[in-house]
Amino acid sequence: MSTRISTAGQPFQAAPQHAWFRRLMAWARGNLFPTPFDAALNLVIVALFAWLVASMLPWALLDATWSGGSRADCTGTGACWAFVLSRLDQFIYGFYPAAERWRVNLAGTVLILGLAALLIRAVPGKRVTGLLMLLVYPPFAFWLLKGGFLGLTGVQTDRWGGLMLTLVVGVSGIVLSFPIGVALALGRRSDLPVFHGLSVLFIELWRGLPMVTVLFMAIVMLPYFLPAGMKLDSLGLAIAGIVMFQSACLAEIVKGGLQAVPKGQYEAAKALGFGYWRTSVYIVLPQAIRIVIPGLVNNSIALLKDTTLVMVVGLFDLLNIVAAGSSDPRWLGSATEGYIFVGLVFWTLCFAMSRYSHRLEHSLRSRRQRLGGVS
Amino acid sequence: MNGRSEIRTWVSPNWRWLRGWLSQASVLLLLGLGAVVATQNLSDNLAMRGLSLGFGFLWQQAGFGIGFSIISFTETDTYWRVFAVGVTNTLVAAGLGIVFATVLGFAIGIARLAPNWSVSRLALVYVELVRNLPLLLHVLVWYNLLVRAMPPPREGISVANVAFLTNRGLYLPAASASNGGVVFAALVVAVVVTLFWVYAGRVHQYRTGRQRPVAAVSAVILVGLPLLTALTFGARFRIEVPKLHGFNFIGGYSVAPELVALVVALAIYNASFIAELVRASIESVNRGQRDAAAALGLRRGQMLRLVIIPQALRVLIPPLSNQYLQLLKASSLATVIGYPDLMNVFAGTALNQTGRAVEIMLMTMAVYLAISAAIALASGIFNHLTRIVEQ
Repeated sequence: MSTRISTAGQPFQAAPQHAWFRRLMAWARGNLFPTPFDAALNLVIVALFAWLVASMLPWALLDATWSGGSRADCTGTGACWAFVLSRLDQFIYGFYPAAERWRVNLAGTVLILGLAALLIRAVPGKRVTGLLMLLVYPPFAFWLLKGGFLGLTGVQTDRWGGLMLTLVVGVSGIVLSFPIGVALALGRRSDLPVFHGLSVLFIELWRGLPMVTVLFMAIVMLPYFLPAGMKLDSLGLAIAGIVMFQSACLAEIVKGGLQAVPKGQYEAAKALGFGYWRTSVYIVLPQAIRIVIPGLVNNSIALLKDTTLVMVVGLFDLLNIVAAGSSDPRWLGSATEGYIFVGLVFWTLCFAMSRYSHRLEHSLRSRRQRLGGVS
Repeated sequence: MNGRSEIRTWVSPNWRWLRGWLSQASVLLLLGLGAVVATQNLSDNLAMRGLSLGFGFLWQQAGFGIGFSIISFTETDTYWRVFAVGVTNTLVAAGLGIVFATVLGFAIGIARLAPNWSVSRLALVYVELVRNLPLLLHVLVWYNLLVRAMPPPREGISVANVAFLTNRGLYLPAASASNGGVVFAALVVAVVVTLFWVYAGRVHQYRTGRQRPVAAVSAVILVGLPLLTALTFGARFRIEVPKLHGFNFIGGYSVAPELVALVVALAIYNASFIAELVRASIESVNRGQRDAAAALGLRRGQMLRLVIIPQALRVLIPPLSNQYLQLLKASSLATVIGYPDLMNVFAGTALNQTGRAVEIMLMTMAVYLAISAAIALASGIFNHLTRIVEQ
């Protein structure tokens, strides 16, 4: 902007459209060619990168086969995307009956709209949307997907699979572990010895165990402690295991937020005559949770990646259904394409979340600096 | 203050005290009831299956083989031995994973801060590419790459004709020595003497301000003492190179492809997190420290070693030890690709054979919890030792 104003009165200077070029050259001089050694190193690395892309491109796109009914149709030298495309429905919906898939689509659309309303700054009514998504959406989505009453045909959970199952496990893990995690964090900071002790025990127990062990335990050991003959759904068990693990992690994050709330806030609440619950709910928790939102998003990324572990208990999440699909005799040898597809889906979701968390952290920090203190 | 608040302050302390204890008592009561019901269910379920709790099964013969173990194992060994194999295999995978992840993570973390543009970009691409993919995907991809895509032993990829990578695993040369024990003892002595010399040198410098030739003398002791012992006692070193015999390699040291895949995946995945921790810890050191070190006339290496790294480590160690713990726990993914770790061989095979779900899961959980506690304790001790002592 400033260059345009300064050059406006001086017609003999370089044309303003060359400003970006000069900036680029200045950037290149500073970053790419500061010394001959740097220049050579940059050249080698960029050339290697270009060579890698150039050697991958024919395989991935140009010579790839995009349609077909089996591996035999993939006659080219490139990737066999026909495997992914012909099974896309299964990768997304699992074994969900085709006639009922609109229910999955509806639940997914509401989820996306709700998340968009929560994540986009400009949309008002965060508190109402948040409560709706935490309290109303999960039972609604569960009813929609499971059916069996209020006129919807029942679809047993063993027919759920693919991306849909991954999201069901991920969303229920986040939604269910949130209240438990907050309660545990409050318990850990409590003066009452029983609540403090139990919270510490619970948190350290679950955080010290691998998720695989927790899932295994839920499947093989838990049934011994339940009434004989009680039939448990393996999706329910897997979600229970994940929620235990996740709420312990969440409790540690929220605890950090509680510690960051200045003591003056507690004292001010006390001076106003607030008791423990009113102090926690109206004064401390809102501030603590706002501080740890980036941590919560990072935790959700970890959870989304960990949902792949439900493979251990025999559920067909996105990763498992693709792995199983590539061992189908008609598609033998398509594991590479399948893993690349799964990788793309997870990478896109996780990268978007991490960028969001990064931006949020940035704006929270600048806001804190502006207001001078926690806010 | 209105009248209502005054009454509340007069009443509330007593009520709050009582309410706190009542709620605690009721929670304990509920938990106790739950425990009673769970125990009753457990004994019913066990009786129905004709089982009783007990660890006697540990002394029974296992009767199955294990594909890869550090300590020896045969089919006639007991379940207790299976447990030991599982624990050692878990520790081996996690230990190797930690070593490689640390080396790779430090390299990439430092590369992220490199002045060279493309080096720092490359490190950034690595971090963002790797850490946004699930670990299980890494494990499966590496496993498929090693087992499906590697050539059979006959056409194995050779590294200088001494190490071979095939779809049956990685074959490394094995070193052995006669009189090896004496040489090893000499090495231990040399390490102890060197540590003492380094410490004495530091004390000397602190007292007098003069430096002793610490590095040169240490090198002489570390190399010289074992070499001298080897020469005196006539130790003979032998390096056995794996040789192709029939369809497979014999001799040397063979590493199962499952272990290679697991360690590579653990190292690559965790290195991306360690790199970010390393970068953040170096950036956390105040710029003034660097300027002050430069003003004192320290060279770049001295500045890093004496000023930056000690302060960065204080920030780095707690999250790094947590990352190590994550890596160790994540090594349980071995069960998916069939590397015989604790989860696979003990909580998997042994559990299926004996049906002792409760005992075996409790032992498995105890192992992981004990290791977690040990890592937390070590990190806590380090924190205590390196805390900033206020004047």
